[in-house]
Amino acid sequence: MEFPKDLKYTKEHEWLKVEGNTATVGITDYAQDSLGDVVYVELPSEGGSVTKNEPFGVVESVKAVSDLYSPVSGSVAEVNDAIIDSPEAINEDPYGDAWMIKVEMSNPKEVEDLMSSDEYQKYVEEEK
Amino acid sequence: MKPRRKGQGIDLEKIKKMKANGTKGLHLDEALIFERSCEGRIGVAPSRFDVPACDAEKSIPRKYLRDDMGGFPEVAEIDVVRHYTRLSQWNFGVDSGLYPLGSCTMKYNPKINEEIAALPGFSRLHPYQGEELSQGALELMFQLEEYLCEITGMDAVTLQPSAGAQGELCGLLMMAAFFKDRGKPRTKIIIPDTAHGTNPASSHLAGFKVVPVKSEGRGALTANAVKDVMDADTAGVMLTNPNTLGLFEADIKEIADVVHKKGGFLYCDGANMNALMGIVRLGDLGVDVVQLNLHKTFSTPHGGGGPGSGPVAVRKTLEPYLPVPRVRKRGKKYSFDFKRPRSIGRLKAFYGNFAIMVRAYSYIRRMGPEGLKRAAEAAILNANYIKERLKGTFDLPFDRPCMHECVFSDKVQQPNGVSTMDIAKRLIDYGYHPPTVYFPLVVPGAIMIEPTETETLETLDRFIEAMKNIADEARNAPELLKNAPANTRVGRVDETKAAREPVLRWKAKPPL
Repeated sequence: MEFPKDLKYTKEHEWLKVEGNTATVGITDYAQDSLGDVVYVELPSEGGSVTKNEPFGVVESVKAVSDLYSPVSGSVAEVNDAIIDSPEAINEDPYGDAWMIKVEMSNPKEVEDLMSSDEYQKYVEEEK
Repeated sequence: MKPRRKGQGIDLEKIKKMKANGTKGLHLDEALIFERSCEGRIGVAPSRFDVPACDAEKSIPRKYLRDDMGGFPEVAEIDVVRHYTRLSQWNFGVDSGLYPLGSCTMKYNPKINEEIAALPGFSRLHPYQGEELSQGALELMFQLEEYLCEITGMDAVTLQPSAGAQGELCGLLMMAAFFKDRGKPRTKIIIPDTAHGTNPASSHLAGFKVVPVKSEGRGALTANAVKDVMDADTAGVMLTNPNTLGLFEADIKEIADVVHKKGGFLYCDGANMNALMGIVRLGDLGVDVVQLNLHKTFSTPHGGGGPGSGPVAVRKTLEPYLPVPRVRKRGKKYSFDFKRPRSIGRLKAFYGNFAIMVRAYSYIRRMGPEGLKRAAEAAILNANYIKERLKGTFDLPFDRPCMHECVFSDKVQQPNGVSTMDIAKRLIDYGYHPPTVYFPLVVPGAIMIEPTETETLETLDRFIEAMKNIADEARNAPELLKNAPANTRVGRVDETKAAREPVLRWKAKPPL
């Protein structure tokens, strides 16, 4: 299982990629693996706002429905509509094609309490 | 040294024998009813109209009218009878075998319930025939309410909700109405992570915001966890007891105290009442509202049949908010009481699923207080028997005495690439309905088994043997599980494709 070094991670298994003031959000390889085949995704609309640790969307697999939690607060700058039509991308390429939203962060300091790749890997091992 | 041949180590004779015991049989094919259609064929000829015909366009807006019936099947009566009889033969129900679907209490529904419900005085009742001519039915409803009060230890009951989830909504709406009445509406509900999925959904529908709390390491909720989040803006806690791990929430009295101190209500999801009836009364544990699933605990049909019924029992404080109408007794006469200004209103057309109430009434009367208690005890004993005998063969995440159901996981089988889904599908080959899988969510790969009290020791032993065989197969011949079910008419369906590309309407094949 892969956890790219340049990303930050949450306990709810989302990843975050920071570029300047913009953060891209998706779910991790571990998350997609435990979910199983994803069949449905619900994302916020552009211009909406998200709050750290609050749900911003829903992902549904053949096994379960889960909330998606935002790792940071801010406004939604871009939404990856492509995965709504082809949710299988989440299983196939969780860190690439299947990014979910881009957030214009209102408080970039929030990134500081997220986990590094190594910390997340350890966290996942313990969860198992 | 020679690599171990796949399939070695399994007692194939044993498996063959078990198959013979299970699903080998004649599988006749059956086309869709649409495909049996033949233009102009008539099943039932309606009698001639004795009222003047009316122009549909004048009474229904044009946009709601259909110009043709689009593939509506035209078949003879015998086609319809054979079609649905055949489908029923393919079906698997509690009348055909063990159905250990956790959290669903698929107990046997005694046939005497059906006999009583079929009495013409009940089956030919019409809701418009009025109170005078419905005294027997009203008396039955009144008495059933009293029995349910006694079983739950509560003060009043409504029989109106049509299923468990509507019962939840009913209870939550009453809680909301209570706070609104006092001029201090509350906005939040606390729900533990072991809850049924309907709990947060019902809360949301009733206008509450859900505050999730984690169960602690032993799979139960603690009073301290509730204390941390309970405040004067929280209407209460929604607890399932026993919870969805099949474990008794031992802190329930302390949790009730914490909730009551802040002026809130303790709602108990009574879906798992089968483990408690006759043993403990929820009212005595501090519960203020509880819904009962007659179709689970009180042996009325469900799981593709039904309909359900979800009565709600409350304490006196919430009684004024119960849905209208209430059944009232004055002297020897029964009537409906509609004049209840604080009621949350009506939840269902007429008076609820009456025929289901008759079945539940029949069950309670037939069992008696001692019988209900023994049923709960046997349900607990059966679940613990399965738990103890399968422990070690399958991973048991919470190794402590359980109530009416036990939860395993696929952890032991995972290294062989075998998942819970494969185990469940393989059980079909052995002639059993699979248990509940991947629920509760707190256990990854959960296998949730609820045998109920109605199964004999021999049935439980056969099921345990099948599960052990499957565990052997998972080690030695995992492909048997991966390709399961193999003995059924239809093999494994592609659930992912069905969800991603659902086919929701039948379309006629173009003529050749």
